[in-house]
Amino acid sequence: MNDATPTQHKMSARDVSVFYGDKQAVKNVSIDIDMDKVTAFIGPSGCGKSTFLRTLNRMNDTIASARVEGQITLDGEDIYSASMDVVQLRARVGMVFQKPNPFPKSIYENVAYGPRIHGLAASKTELDWIVERSLKRAGLWEEVKDRLGDSGTALSGGQQQRLCIARAIAVDPEVILMDEPASALDPIATAKIEELIHELRGRYAIVIVTHNMQQAARVSQRTAFFHLGNLVEYGETDNIFTAPREERTKDYITGRYG
Amino acid sequence: MATGHEHTVKAFDQDIGQLRGLIAQMGGLAEQAIHDAMKALQRGDTTLAKEVRRKDKAIDAIEAEIEKLVVRLIALRAPMADDLREVIAALKIAAVIERIGDYAKNIAKRVPLIHSDGEDRIEAISMLPAMAQLASDMVHDALDAFSARDASGAAAVCERDNALDDFYDSIFRALVTFMVENPRTISQVAHLLFVAKNLERIGDHATNVAEMVYFAATGRYLADAEPGDAVES
Repeated sequence: MNDATPTQHKMSARDVSVFYGDKQAVKNVSIDIDMDKVTAFIGPSGCGKSTFLRTLNRMNDTIASARVEGQITLDGEDIYSASMDVVQLRARVGMVFQKPNPFPKSIYENVAYGPRIHGLAASKTELDWIVERSLKRAGLWEEVKDRLGDSGTALSGGQQQRLCIARAIAVDPEVILMDEPASALDPIATAKIEELIHELRGRYAIVIVTHNMQQAARVSQRTAFFHLGNLVEYGETDNIFTAPREERTKDYITGRYG
Repeated sequence: MATGHEHTVKAFDQDIGQLRGLIAQMGGLAEQAIHDAMKALQRGDTTLAKEVRRKDKAIDAIEAEIEKLVVRLIALRAPMADDLREVIAALKIAAVIERIGDYAKNIAKRVPLIHSDGEDRIEAISMLPAMAQLASDMVHDALDAFSARDASGAAAVCERDNALDDFYDSIFRALVTFMVENPRTISQVAHLLFVAKNLERIGDHATNVAEMVYFAATGRYLADAEPGDAVES
């Protein structure tokens, strides 16, 4: 049906290892991330999943002792090459953290900041439009449209997290990395984030790290299980949670890990 | 697939253990019902036949208990992977055992009708116990495979269903011949045909159970497995 050219993965990691000083936190991980999929990383604390996630937009660069080996490409381009502009990379590969971290500025400024520094808006009108579109995509617009001048930190935890997602979306990224985006939120706010992930799928490649297995099963199409720095199993989410191939995966998801 | 690893949450293991216990208990009652119904049939023992019909309520009660436990287990433990497959299999197997119990009850119901009068039918009845034993063994072995999570044991049960079907075909022919030769026994021997059909259905249900056990144990469907596939246990 398709033409002969092989499908290009949005991001590909090949034999990626991460060291903190002498300690190897990620061991020879190879994985492909695709555009129309939500990919979940699961595994016990300290398994390397968050560390690996951070290699995908070079967040580990800021940690002096961290060293990354192997190759990671975005649209076929090596993101660790000398010619890669890291600021540009992080606009293309956005990130949302566990704890909502809005800037201590207005709701409007939180979202407008990125597009402004990246020069994405030619006018105030265009910037207004980007802010509105981003807040709408993040499912927050209706709740904040009448108080865009209020401080972002005055919002509830769930709203703050959606504000951070709006902020990530505002610079028109291609990939969004989420590191336990709902673990500090109540079930209702969590459901809103999950619904949002569902709506964002297709527009962005999404990678989510989560400790909540049900959440991984609900939001993702592919799941990767990490253990002691190794990528143990990577496959369709349906298969991972109903009939995993690896004993270690099974023990973990059925609550026998220990 | 039994890993031997226990769940971090001990109560989960207790729930699973209780579920297996209930299935084993229910299966035991169903086997007993087949056995007693056939004994009643051979001896013309209407008291025992009545007893089989009465005891069927106990099987139904355990099915209800299993249903409740499975709903609670899914709600509270959110089972995954092999746990999930086992819990779902248990729920479906309970429904199948209940049906097997109904077939045994149906055999018991026919006992007074077959034994109302006449002596000729004795010869016809003598063909059935061996078939009943085969059907009952299939039920027994399918449930053993469930409690041991034994995929190859489950596959072996399925292979025996053909033998039971052949048994049914030959009994069918024999009973029809018998009726032709002894026309005044027709109404009674016709009931024996239903008994044979019930036993054949019990074998089909045992096969269904075995297929569910195979899926629970391996995550794959038996129909998809190549003949001669090595079955990991």
